[in-house]
Amino acid sequence: MPEKFDCIVVGAGPAGTACAYELAKAGVNVLLLERGEYPGAKNVMGGVLYRKMMEDIIPEFYKEAPLERPIVEQRFMMMDKESAITFSYKGLEWGREPYNNFTVLRAKFDQWFAEKAVEQGALLVCETVAVECIVENGRVVGVRTDRPDGDIYADVVVLADGVNSLLAKQLGFHREWRPDEVALATMEILKLDKTVIEDRFNLEPNQGCTIEIFGDATKGIVGTGFLYTNKDTLSIGVGTLLSGLIKHKMKPYDLLEYVKNHPMIRPYIQGSEPVEYLAHLIPEGGYHSIPKVAGNGVLVVGDAAQLVNAIHREGSNMAMTSGRLAAETIIMAKAQNDFSESMLDQYRMKLMESFIGQDLKKYKDATHHFERFPQYFEQYIPMMNRAASQMFTVDGASKWEKQQKIWRDLGSAKQKFKLARDMMKAWKVMK
Amino acid sequence: MMKAQTIEEKQYLVRFNADTKSHLHVLDPNICLTKCPDKICTIFCPASVYKWEEVRMHVGYEGCHECGSCRIGCPYENIQWEYPRGGYGIVFRLG
Repeated sequence: MPEKFDCIVVGAGPAGTACAYELAKAGVNVLLLERGEYPGAKNVMGGVLYRKMMEDIIPEFYKEAPLERPIVEQRFMMMDKESAITFSYKGLEWGREPYNNFTVLRAKFDQWFAEKAVEQGALLVCETVAVECIVENGRVVGVRTDRPDGDIYADVVVLADGVNSLLAKQLGFHREWRPDEVALATMEILKLDKTVIEDRFNLEPNQGCTIEIFGDATKGIVGTGFLYTNKDTLSIGVGTLLSGLIKHKMKPYDLLEYVKNHPMIRPYIQGSEPVEYLAHLIPEGGYHSIPKVAGNGVLVVGDAAQLVNAIHREGSNMAMTSGRLAAETIIMAKAQNDFSESMLDQYRMKLMESFIGQDLKKYKDATHHFERFPQYFEQYIPMMNRAASQMFTVDGASKWEKQQKIWRDLGSAKQKFKLARDMMKAWKVMK
Repeated sequence: MMKAQTIEEKQYLVRFNADTKSHLHVLDPNICLTKCPDKICTIFCPASVYKWEEVRMHVGYEGCHECGSCRIGCPYENIQWEYPRGGYGIVFRLG
């Protein structure tokens, strides 16, 4: 292995691989380091991959990438103990080119994507941990790996080492994350016959459905459950802020079992067989938690930079775009042979101008709002369910009487005022 | 009713390539014993890696998912957390 590269990318997830792919394509000599046995071996995601940001890198990737199903329907369940209000959008335009998004299994997808970067000329080295950045005269000049004689040098290092970015923390780019800046997600892959999946979710072959579940899926803790269709498996999971699990002293796998056995969910997964169990952290600090992303000779991309829109469950798309923007910046820096922070900071500007910066800014206070005021999940979702039950149950009472009952269920005048104020506040943090 | 699955049964579904030495270390065992009645890591760890055994914390690093929750969630920042050596640790095959 030559010991000096133009660029070292740490981590072969969507952010790191996107960056390495773009660099290699532009003729930059790039090393892609991965600590797992293969790319994807350490990576977990609920499973939704967005077409647009992937196609910005590899046009028509869907013709050859290992994808599960294109999603044609997205459902949202506001769930109580034994009821749910469900919203859905189903559109067949999502089932054909150019598509909107796909479910994927990451161990397969990440390997394929990394192979594409290798085809472009990137050097992929697996089973190698970058334990620290080598810093000389205030600039990052390489990484120290856990291999014998493992120092490798480069003009610029890209940290794509995920939510636990120990390297960015070592550089002082961020403090340790707080438990309310990360969500702990547990999930299972459940094997189920593909025709059974299609029957249960009202799908044609090669169509998929996603369900996001709010309310009782997390027993009122801020978070969501999800159930996604793959080809012949389902991905079911639940994610809550780590701070919520701590506060409620709840075991994450007990919560997952609770969701799997919930009467609103169980019929979907009945008869399936669990084939894998996975846990992972999701960076959900949002805009306020974005660390320093550019320094002398170093850039931070993807989860390592907290680039996740928890409200819209977008993350892998932000990872890819951030990797691509980092690559663009590095190509420019290389042309001028200037890898200083002031040069590389253009990456931060591009990031903030893109949909990533804009969307994270839009929802900058949302997660913290719902964590500080648990009544949305704990009280208002059950209230909506009771109202729907009341209105749609035909029992001889007049519709006026029913409206009055619903109105009374909202509580005293003071409680109604609080409810109205909470709705206003929710609008404010989401608008 | 589906049979509730235990964490042990869930962990059987996962492939691990365990190293011979731990990548997780309790820095000061005395803190767990004297200052931390909740032993909250034994609750939120998604792989049940941490088990309190009367006077000490048993760390079953071999079943770790490398999620990082214990490092962030320990109220006393008492857990030293590193990545396992290259190639070791959890190996996800699917998701």
